[in-house]
Amino acid sequence: MIRAACLAALLALPLAAQVTYERLRSAASEPHHWLTYSGNYLGHRYSPLDQINAGNVARLKVAWMYQVNDLNKFETSPLVVDGVMYISEPPSNAAALDLRTGRPIWRYRRTLPPDIRQCCGLVNRGLAILGDLVFLGTVDAHLLALDAKTGRVRWDVTVADYQTGHTITVAPLAFRDKVAIGIAGGEFGIRGFVDAYDAKTGRRAWRFWTVPGPGEPGNDTWGGDSWKYGAAATWVTGSYDPGQNLLLWGTGNPGPDYQGAVRPGDNLYANSLVALDGDTGKLRWHFQFTPHDTHDWDANQVPVLVDDLVATANRNGFYYVLDRQTGKFLRAVAYTKQTWAKSIDDRGRPTLLPNSAPSVEGTPVYPGLHGGTNWFSPSYSPQTKLFYVAAREEGTLFYAGDVQYTAGALYTGGSFKGIPGIEPSGSIQALEVETGQRRWGFPLQSPPWAGLLATAGGLVFGAASEGYVFALDASTGKPLWRFQTGGPVFANAISYLSDGKQHVAIAAGHSLLSFALPD
Amino acid sequence: MHCSFLSWSRLGAVLLLATANCLAQSPPGQRLYSANCAPCHGPTGAGGKAPDLTAPRYRHAPNDQALFGIIRFGIPNSGMPLTRHLTDQDIHAVIAYLRTLQETSPPPARGNALAGRQLYRTKGNCSQCHTLQGTGGATGPDLTDIGARRSPAYLRESLVNPEAAVPENFMVYRLFSLIPDNFLQVRAVTKDGRRITGTRVNEDPFSIQIRDSSDRLHSFWKDDLAELHKDRGKSPMPSYRVLLSEEELDDLVAYLVSQRGGL
Repeated sequence: MIRAACLAALLALPLAAQVTYERLRSAASEPHHWLTYSGNYLGHRYSPLDQINAGNVARLKVAWMYQVNDLNKFETSPLVVDGVMYISEPPSNAAALDLRTGRPIWRYRRTLPPDIRQCCGLVNRGLAILGDLVFLGTVDAHLLALDAKTGRVRWDVTVADYQTGHTITVAPLAFRDKVAIGIAGGEFGIRGFVDAYDAKTGRRAWRFWTVPGPGEPGNDTWGGDSWKYGAAATWVTGSYDPGQNLLLWGTGNPGPDYQGAVRPGDNLYANSLVALDGDTGKLRWHFQFTPHDTHDWDANQVPVLVDDLVATANRNGFYYVLDRQTGKFLRAVAYTKQTWAKSIDDRGRPTLLPNSAPSVEGTPVYPGLHGGTNWFSPSYSPQTKLFYVAAREEGTLFYAGDVQYTAGALYTGGSFKGIPGIEPSGSIQALEVETGQRRWGFPLQSPPWAGLLATAGGLVFGAASEGYVFALDASTGKPLWRFQTGGPVFANAISYLSDGKQHVAIAAGHSLLSFALPD
Repeated sequence: MHCSFLSWSRLGAVLLLATANCLAQSPPGQRLYSANCAPCHGPTGAGGKAPDLTAPRYRHAPNDQALFGIIRFGIPNSGMPLTRHLTDQDIHAVIAYLRTLQETSPPPARGNALAGRQLYRTKGNCSQCHTLQGTGGATGPDLTDIGARRSPAYLRESLVNPEAAVPENFMVYRLFSLIPDNFLQVRAVTKDGRRITGTRVNEDPFSIQIRDSSDRLHSFWKDDLAELHKDRGKSPMPSYRVLLSEEELDDLVAYLVSQRGGL
């Protein structure tokens, strides 16, 4: 009897995860788990689960909540594997939770130095898992491997010097035998990069500098020594094409943000999507959305791979479709109000409208500083063939100012503020993935800071800055369910099965909530 | 040669080439103040739509360290933005300049605050909509510390032309603005034909809360509304241009200026 009970317990709680690359690569074959930041390598943030659907979602209830003891924004996107949920917590912590109850199994707490430089919050967006390790980037610019079973540190490497404005807020991406990580610090004149580390040892396998050095192709797109502080940070997780062994990763603004005069040229590979060889980190192709950006329009969005295409809604207000093999530009369509580009030519290069550059007096431009969308994830449903994006309708007055590089100090060359008297808003939009044509829009009161999750139940889950988590009909945008969480949402939802029941989990305010249908 | 920040604009990209000679002629704190702070706090620091910085003490910043934090990070849910573009050294220079402003004595108020107090309660009927030291209506802004937050000129303009002073709180980085404080005037018609006019208390994608002129709170799911109109730039406050004489306006402004919330 005791033996039988022990056996039952073992079956109910499998031993600590051994998440192979093969499992990550075929994540779609285990939809009850959520194995990578975006749910699959292709950046879809789509759940093939369909227990929760348009017919029953109105009955969705909170199954459990988990609260973090930190007042920084809670941006995690959880991982779920073998009965355990792995989350990061602000500023650079992690925890493993029992999937059934939300009760912690372990917690990792990092002691941080007091003098971290950061532009936008001591936050973290999630973990990666491979083998029996979970990977965590930290705001003091380290990459850690934690034992998935205990949370104890297995290795800890310094990725960059935090005292010169480098931070890590991005969820790592584990692939094959490596773990890729990006860097933040685009407001501190860092020189950006994407790194890959050996997952077992933490030894660096390669580094791709997103700002080319002297003698390298693209260095001539930076006047003088401006490349040294060229930024092009990589602070949002990329996607991975296993067939081509290709990492696709977005890059941020050139430094300084608003003062373009000090960096004449296109400023490659800032505001770009770069496609990197997984083994070597060598650049296979790139596409620059915003040459010589002066509006902080980072291309730090999760690229969505669909068939032969890469689709992305860029911070500059345009939705782009590129060729997945070559990066060739195929199409761009504005999805939010934009007042800076007259047109986009057949190679994807914008023709600028006059008077859109930052000025001493302040120049009003749409989209604003935070863009038509931002770091939070889009979603793609293979059922509807629609690309879903949480869009921001908000202009900014951009100011150009004096600028001088000092290591570790802000290097933005200007400032910004809202356009007086205009109330910003937002929407959830459904775009036809190939054409970018808008199928429906659901209006939001405030510009959103939360991403989207489409499911095979014909739903799109999203969240509002006023604290609602909601579900929309994926085909029509009709609201079908909502729950007021009591705090603004800066996170992306995921879905998984626990005890055979579909759950949807999302961080809101300072809590993680998991929703399920009542028994 | 002019060395103000504005004069640089004519030179465009030459911004970066400000000479040491030029910088020497105006203190860096003053130059930074003019460019960054004066639009709201006024060219002399005497306030405008933002507080009077010549006051001996600041409500949110009892010391230099706190003031540094406010200049760097702003004040959530207020018009005070963060300043990404200033260096630590810049901020210290601004603080040093502000300390010199605090040494200047403010001009004496023109009106008689005691007479203004009487007008506030009687002819002005201000307390119907405004709270002062815990008493009064909630339709309009709380005036308990209005003298610390607005300049006399701004207050006078608000009285004669209320719609020139409709508050704006639409910050570009309003991450935590859970409650709008711009007193937006709205008109709603429910699907069953009820009409409600009032001040928006809060709003989200699914609901709206409205306070009517009788101070009654209404909450609606937007699904239940047939119409929702937002009268941007409108104020329910009457103009006091006709109601009060010039002298009475001075008196009322003097009274409002004296309301500093204990500062």
